[in-house]
Amino acid sequence: MALVVNRPKLSLAEKFYLPALFGGMVLTIRHFFLTLTGRKKTTMQYPDEKWDAHLPEWYRGAPTLVTDEWGRERCVSCQLCEFICPPRAITITPEEIPAADKWAKVEKRPKEFEIDMVRCIYCGLCEEVCPEQAIFLRKDYSITGYSRAEMVHNKQKLYELGGLKTGVVNKWNEKK
Amino acid sequence: MDFSAFFTPGTEIFLIWTSIAKTIGLLFLAVLPLVSLAVFAERKVSAFIQDRVGPNRVGAPTSLLGFDKDLRLAGLGQMIADPIKLVLKENFIPNSVNKFYYFIAPKLAMIPPVLVLAVLPFGSSLFGVDMVIANVNIGVLWVFAVSSLGVYGIVLAGWASNSKYPFLGGIRSSSQMISYELSLGLSVIPVFLVCGTLNLGDIVKWQVQNGWLIAPFWPQGFDLGRAFSDPKMIWDSIVAGFSFQRLLLAVPMLISFFIFLVAMFAETNRAPFDLPEAEQELVGGYHTEYSAMGFALFFLGEYAAMIAGSGVIVTLFLGGWSLPMVPDGSAGWFWGLVNIATFFAKVCALLFVFIWVRWTVPRFRYDQLMRLGWIWFFEIALANIFLTAVILAFIKR
Amino acid sequence: MSLILFWIFAGLMLLFGLGVVLMRNPVSSAMCLVVSFVGLASLFFTLDAFFIGIIQILVYAGAVMVLFLFIIMLLDLKAAPARKLNVMAWTGSGLVLVGFVALMMQVVLGNPALHAAMPALTADYDDVQQIGLALFTNFNFPFQIVGVLLLVATVGVVVLSRKELK
Repeated sequence: MALVVNRPKLSLAEKFYLPALFGGMVLTIRHFFLTLTGRKKTTMQYPDEKWDAHLPEWYRGAPTLVTDEWGRERCVSCQLCEFICPPRAITITPEEIPAADKWAKVEKRPKEFEIDMVRCIYCGLCEEVCPEQAIFLRKDYSITGYSRAEMVHNKQKLYELGGLKTGVVNKWNEKK
Repeated sequence: MDFSAFFTPGTEIFLIWTSIAKTIGLLFLAVLPLVSLAVFAERKVSAFIQDRVGPNRVGAPTSLLGFDKDLRLAGLGQMIADPIKLVLKENFIPNSVNKFYYFIAPKLAMIPPVLVLAVLPFGSSLFGVDMVIANVNIGVLWVFAVSSLGVYGIVLAGWASNSKYPFLGGIRSSSQMISYELSLGLSVIPVFLVCGTLNLGDIVKWQVQNGWLIAPFWPQGFDLGRAFSDPKMIWDSIVAGFSFQRLLLAVPMLISFFIFLVAMFAETNRAPFDLPEAEQELVGGYHTEYSAMGFALFFLGEYAAMIAGSGVIVTLFLGGWSLPMVPDGSAGWFWGLVNIATFFAKVCALLFVFIWVRWTVPRFRYDQLMRLGWIWFFEIALANIFLTAVILAFIKR
Repeated sequence: MSLILFWIFAGLMLLFGLGVVLMRNPVSSAMCLVVSFVGLASLFFTLDAFFIGIIQILVYAGAVMVLFLFIIMLLDLKAAPARKLNVMAWTGSGLVLVGFVALMMQVVLGNPALHAAMPALTADYDDVQQIGLALFTNFNFPFQIVGVLLLVATVGVVVLSRKELK
C-alpha cells in the first residue's frame, strides 16, 4: 500500500513564525539560566576532574607486561602478540634463559619488549592471544611524550606500568 | 601662559580638547573594552545556552608571581587573550589578491561603526560638558549615511580576495545591506514624527520628559523624594501623564522598534541574517582569505557595529541615558556618571539580546531574507508611518 | 580654520575626481568617485549645510556607488590598456579646456553677488527644518510631482525586469 505523506496544514500562528521564534527564545534562555546557576551540569573539566574512579573493569588502556607472585616475568617470548598486532606496534627480541636460572625450564624470555604507543590502537588482541597471560591492557589512557622515541614503551616501562598480577593461572611453578 | 581658556566653557580651545577627550575616552575606555567583552560574552553565553562551560581558564597568571595557583576569574582573561592571539598570528596574504584593496578593505569595515559613535549621546553631561561628541541636527541621518558606507569594506574584501566564496559573500552582503537599509530608514520616520527632530540628543531629551518611546504611559511630574510624604502626588502624576494619544502611539512605536531591531540584525550581518559569512555554504564568506589582523578587524568591526547599532536603538527607543526618576548631569557629576553607566548598561542588555538571538534562531534562506525585507518589513514600515501620522493628526490627547 | 578645511577638502575632491578619469582599473575609478563624493559632502559640512552634505553621502556614496561597484564587479571588467599618446587630441582638448575655463572665470567673476559678504548664520539655524518647510510649503507641488515620477519609474523597472514579459 502506498503511503501518502500529507503536507501539514500550517495554522496562522505557525505561518506567522513569531510564536515559534518566541518559544525558541524561551527555551534557550532557560538553558542559559540553568547552566549559569549550575543546576544543569554536563561537562567534566578534564585535567582537574577525571573519570579514573569510574573506569569500568573491562576498560582497555595501555598494554602492559606483568610479573607473577614469584617475581618471574610471565612473558615467554612466543611472539604471538607481535604477529597478531594489527598496527604492528609490538617488537620482541627473545632471549634464552641460562641453565643456571631458577626458571630455566621456561626456556625463553624477552630480552627486549617494545610497544610503540604511537601505533597502538588499544584493540586488546595481544591480551586475548597471549597463552601465558603475560600482557594485559591496564587503565592508563593518557600516554604522552615529547618525541616519537619517548612514545616507545620498552620492557622496563612496560613492567613498571603492569606490575604484579595475581590470581591468574600459574603453569610454571615448581610442582608442575 | 594663560590656561584659563582651557577651562572656560564656550571657548574654541575648550571645545577642541573636550571633544578629543570624549572621543578618546569613548573609544578606548568604553567601546574597545566592550568589543572585547562582547566577544567573550558571545562565547560564554553560547556555551551556557548549549549546556557547556565555555572559556573558563584564562585568568590572571599569578603563578608567575610566585603564587601556587593561577587566578581563573571565570575565564575573563580570554577578553585579552583573544585579541593578543589575533595580533600575533601570521598575516598570510594569498598570491592572487589585489593587494591595495585587500589591505584597505578591513579598515573600511572597521571605520563606519566607530564613526557612528560620534553622534550618539552616551550620557547627559559631566561637569557641564555634553556627553556627545558631535551634537548635530542630522544625527540619525549621519548614522544611516555612515553605516551605509560599511558595505564598501565587505564588497571590496570579497572582490579583492579574487576567490569565489569571498566574492559570493560580498555580493550577498551588499544586496542584503542595501535592502535592509530601506526598512531601517523607514522604520524610524515615526520616531521623527513623534519627536519632531532629527537630533539624537533632543530625541533623548524628549524621552526624558515624555517617557521612552516604546512605553505606552509615563507619569508626569513624579518625584520619588515626595512619594511617601505626599501620596496624592503619585495619583496626580498618573492623571497628568495619561493620554489616549500616547497609549495609541505605543502600537506604531513597538512596530517601529521591532522592525528597526530586526533590520539592525541584518545590517550588522548577525544571525539569523549572517548569510554573507554562512560557514556551512561559503566557508567564511568575505573574510575567507583573511588571516591575523585583517580577519581581526572584520571580526571586531562586526562587534563594534553591534555596539553602535545597540547604541542607536537605545537612543531612539529605550530612552538613551535616562532612567525614570534619575536626575541628569546638571544635578552633579555623580549623576552624570550614573547616566553614562545607564546608557552602557542598556547597550549591554541589547548586546545580550543580539547574542541570545544568534544562538536561538536558525539562519534564513536567501529568498526568505529578501522576501522578509522587501515584502514584509518595507510595507509594514510604510503603513506604520501613515498610522503614526493619523494618530498624531486626529487624536489630540 | 574653515578656510584650511575648505582647501583640504576641495583639493581632495579634485584629486580623486582626476583619479576617476585617469585610473585604469574600473573599481579604482569607482572608489575614487566615492572619495570625491565624501570630499564634496565635507565641503557642504564646512558651509554648515549638514543636511545636504549627509544626503550626498547617504544617496551617492552609500547607495548609488555601491550599485555601480556591484555592477562593475559582476561584469568583471578588465583594466583598460594604456594607449599611445595622441598629440593632436591632447592639444585640441587642451585648447577647448583653456577656452572654457576662461569663459567661466569671466562669467563667475563678473557676478556682483559673489563679492557681497554673506550674512552670518544664526546659532540655532536648523537647516533640516528649513529644507522641510520649503519642500512642503513653497515647493509642495513639484515635490509631489517628483514623487509620482519616481513611483512611475519604479513600477516601470519592476514591469520591465519581470521574466515572463514577452
